[in-house]
Amino acid sequence: MTTQVQSALEALRKAVGTQSEPVTYEVEGGHIRRFAEAIGDPNPLYNDEALARRSRYGGLIAPPTFLRAFPPKSLPIPDPPFTRRLDGGSDWEYFEPVRPGDRITVVQRLADVRLREGRLGPMLFTTREITYTNQFGQVVATQRATGISY
Amino acid sequence: MTQATLLTEEQRRSLIGKESKPVSTVIEKGHIRRFAEAIGDPNPLYNDEVLARRSRYGGIIAPPTFLRAIHTEMIGLGTDLPGSRVLDAGSDWEYFEPVRPGDTITAVARIVDVRERPLRVGPALFVIQEITYTNQFGQKVATQRSTLIRY
Amino acid sequence: MGKVLYWEDVTEGQEIPPLVKHPTTQQLVKYAGASGDFYQIHYDKDFALNNGLPGVIIHGALKNAWLGQLITDWIGEYGTLKKLSCQYRGMDVPGDTITAKGRVTRKYVQDGKHYVECEIWIENGKGERTTPGSATVILPSRTNPL
Repeated sequence: MTTQVQSALEALRKAVGTQSEPVTYEVEGGHIRRFAEAIGDPNPLYNDEALARRSRYGGLIAPPTFLRAFPPKSLPIPDPPFTRRLDGGSDWEYFEPVRPGDRITVVQRLADVRLREGRLGPMLFTTREITYTNQFGQVVATQRATGISY
Repeated sequence: MTQATLLTEEQRRSLIGKESKPVSTVIEKGHIRRFAEAIGDPNPLYNDEVLARRSRYGGIIAPPTFLRAIHTEMIGLGTDLPGSRVLDAGSDWEYFEPVRPGDTITAVARIVDVRERPLRVGPALFVIQEITYTNQFGQKVATQRSTLIRY
Repeated sequence: MGKVLYWEDVTEGQEIPPLVKHPTTQQLVKYAGASGDFYQIHYDKDFALNNGLPGVIIHGALKNAWLGQLITDWIGEYGTLKKLSCQYRGMDVPGDTITAKGRVTRKYVQDGKHYVECEIWIENGKGERTTPGSATVILPSRTNPL
């Protein structure tokens, strides 16, 4: 491991716990519809207002991973020592449905930083915890997302 | 005429004046913002509610060609015409009222003219259609006259 | 919507009806637009090759979305998705046939709620599991009707 990578890793480790500024998004029905269309999910809960109204939800809701369209503000932390990146995976937890008209506030927190030797050389794994809160102060979901830079 | 034609004179005449079903769409602020971002236009009238409120429009408006984004392909006019390959040969827009978030815009397309011309790749149909966009108050907000080449 | 999956009707080891997808580069562009993820490895082949990738690859989050659909299609309107996890271990490419699959691993009752846990994964056309994951859902119970 080069000293450059070493010092970048140390700086990032010190930054664990850092939080981003909150950012608020408004959920729009058309955005939900286009997102559902893009992932190829024809579930009427995402695109048919009349059917959704008669469902247990009483109206349109967003698909589980729709919140990916609401990225948090970036973390005020040092840049990783590599420029290439990959998505490593996500752990979602769901608490409340997301509906058109909701205002969702997104905050992320740096939860973990690890260095591993991978197929493509040294890889830095960064785990961020993202919290999504609606206009009623309810946490609607959390996402633990792992990013890889290499 | 030696070259095969795509439509007879009579078929072409019968197409002129044909109208699509109306298609209605609710205009959303986020859609306007993403469209403006996608065309690389940072005009605050499209993305900054506070600044837009102080402008002559009193709020966010849509960029001139935003109406392209409201799924007018769903109108489906002329899709059964010969020629599976389609090129867009241009649009003439005319504007009457601003388009704002919350508006319900209804689009209706009408075939204005159909001409046939030989191209390098074979005979092609030039379909000229006019889409009329109307808001929830019955105001015509814009018309778009466009030429589609089918070959 | 309409059909109801009851907790009592689920058994451990049971397979979840698979969800088959035929992703195209066009779908990746649509997903980029809808999600706002414009990282070039998902639509610019030269950029992807320069990054040491086999070519344009499918957004991990799009595979995550298919795993979500696998579960929500299975549990229907009256089931509630509580947890959804996946790890992108292998890359997937447009043009391949991608299948989301799953199996019930555990069912239990806690605080009066009827839980089911599943292992879920994405399989490529060769049958390799590129994206393993898990899901936890709450289902309606016949003992405690809708």
